[in-house]
Amino acid sequence: MLDAPKKPLVRVENLKMHFPIFRGVLKRQVGAVKAVDGISFDVFEGETLGLVGESGCGKSTVGRCVLRLYEVTGGSITIDGTDIATLSGADLRAKRPEMQMIFQDPQASLNPRMTVGSIISEPLDEHEHMTRDEKRAKVGELMDAVGLARRFADRYPHEFSGGQRQRIGIARALALNPKFIVCDEPIAALDVSIQAQVVNLLEDLQEKFGLTYLFISHDLSMVRHLATRVAVMYLGRLVELGDAETLYMAPRHPYTQALLSAVPNPDPAQAGHIERIILEGDVPSPANPPPGCTFSTRCPRAQAVCKQDSPAWREIGEGHFAACHFIE
Amino acid sequence: MRDHSATVLDVANLKTVFNTRDGEVHAVNGVSFYLKPGELLGIVGESGSGKSVTMMSLLKLLPMPPAEIREGQIEFDGRDLRNVSDDDLRRIRGGEIGFVFQDPMTSLNPVFTVGFQLVEPLRLHMGLSKAEARKRAAELLELVGIPDAASRLKDYPHQFSGGMRQRVMIAIALACDPKVLIADEPTTALDVTIQAQILELVKELRQKLGMAIIWITHDLGVIAEIADRVAVMYAGQIVEHAEVKELFANPQHPYTRALLETLPRMGEARAARLPSIDGQPPNLDHAPTHCEFAPRCKHAFTRCRKENPKRFEVNPAHDVACFLAQSGGSTDA
Repeated sequence: MLDAPKKPLVRVENLKMHFPIFRGVLKRQVGAVKAVDGISFDVFEGETLGLVGESGCGKSTVGRCVLRLYEVTGGSITIDGTDIATLSGADLRAKRPEMQMIFQDPQASLNPRMTVGSIISEPLDEHEHMTRDEKRAKVGELMDAVGLARRFADRYPHEFSGGQRQRIGIARALALNPKFIVCDEPIAALDVSIQAQVVNLLEDLQEKFGLTYLFISHDLSMVRHLATRVAVMYLGRLVELGDAETLYMAPRHPYTQALLSAVPNPDPAQAGHIERIILEGDVPSPANPPPGCTFSTRCPRAQAVCKQDSPAWREIGEGHFAACHFIE
Repeated sequence: MRDHSATVLDVANLKTVFNTRDGEVHAVNGVSFYLKPGELLGIVGESGSGKSVTMMSLLKLLPMPPAEIREGQIEFDGRDLRNVSDDDLRRIRGGEIGFVFQDPMTSLNPVFTVGFQLVEPLRLHMGLSKAEARKRAAELLELVGIPDAASRLKDYPHQFSGGMRQRVMIAIALACDPKVLIADEPTTALDVTIQAQILELVKELRQKLGMAIIWITHDLGVIAEIADRVAVMYAGQIVEHAEVKELFANPQHPYTRALLETLPRMGEARAARLPSIDGQPPNLDHAPTHCEFAPRCKHAFTRCRKENPKRFEVNPAHDVACFLAQSGGSTDA
């Protein structure tokens, strides 16, 4: 599919996002939650990069940083040649139409007092100079594209089901013809039979409009279906990144191996035959991460060196990156 | 087929209706199932399919009104649960039937210590003294794999992580050696690595304690892993019921088949397109007059739109409510 030389549309370098913790009467800063602590990756044009990890690992924060919804602590985010981490005011605003977001909870991300038509056309009001008729025509086109009947334009979000609401959110994200869309758990709140509808829609739209996705999810089997490449995150850092096929078939990092083996297999005939790596304990607090490798507290292969030195992020195969002391 | 003497719980034709301002909502429409001692029955269905309401109806855990149990027999351990006194029911809840809810964040009381919440059912249902109850509470926490159990009794729920809280919930449900444990989406709010821990724990506890479990979930992967038998629910009815291997190998109902197809598999090559079920689940404002899945079903024919199919036995371990399966694939009825 991607035989042409791959060109990164988004390049993230050493991204850091630390949220300060304030305590006491004087509200002095006593520490920081290191939600994202130095991660680097590229998203190539036209691909879907899956970003997976457990809750609290910082994957949503990465998504928000990449769109500059937070003021990042450090690092650079280059989208289509412009570093948006340092961009200010009007320049940033001019860049916004290129990058959009689809949110997790379609209930909370749509204004209940606005009609579907006005929700979808709001980005047009902000960024385009269109007449009312042009806008109505554009909203109609967008609703067609996501599979909503045009006659619903005057209805309110509560009149729709979860899957339809997510379609409204997708139409809004598409309104300004973006190149890059961050999908933050777009199917997590939907039922299984509806999830497949939305995933298929996202794929169709990608093909039709040449979109590039950063797809954030904790649903490993859905990411496998959708993503070209997959990045695995643990406690604010990337532990492994690679081609989806390679990563799922031959995961190298012990965390990726444990995570993939924990996914229940919908086949009772195989249930007893799969070797499962059960991780002990819970994810440590990102306000006080363990020294050395952050995974060392739960890692079945941890040695003394893991508790002291943080492993380097290095290429272990073609386009396959990992951070572990014990991968050759 | 069904051997009534060997069941611990037997539910027949249960119907639960909510009377709301906008009319009636028929949440459970004639559900029948049974549970044998020591087995694990999985109940699968999407949100709104009535799986939780069915289980809550058993123990009258629903606010009544608006809820109303209109019909049905519920037999638990030789007693008719629909006609027991409130006092007896209170003894059964948490005593003989344990309940684990979906969200471990909200189902523990934040202002009491975990120890207090564990000791409470032990004192009430089993009449233990304070000291005995505390000892037993520590044992229970140990049983569910909480390290340093005795000292953690003094901690409040917020001092536990999500997975640990769910372990505490399981410990509370197990406190009085229930005959039946009802677990309502117990791992849905948890991460996969924590879910794997809880599933291991449940398998282990079943071997040790031998109670019967009803496990409600929307995740077929979890069902494949732990269940002995499965019931698939759609629009407040059980549409298919079979032993777990039989159901996954030989699904009969188009809804079950579609559910299995929509699951992307981890170990297989990637499909070009995920098969999806078009349309929406029905709104349940009337009792079913036809097959509720017919509007979304690729195989629906005239009879499906006129009549609600009854459960029909494919083989002794498998039944399905579908005219197509019943007629062996012929649609001329």
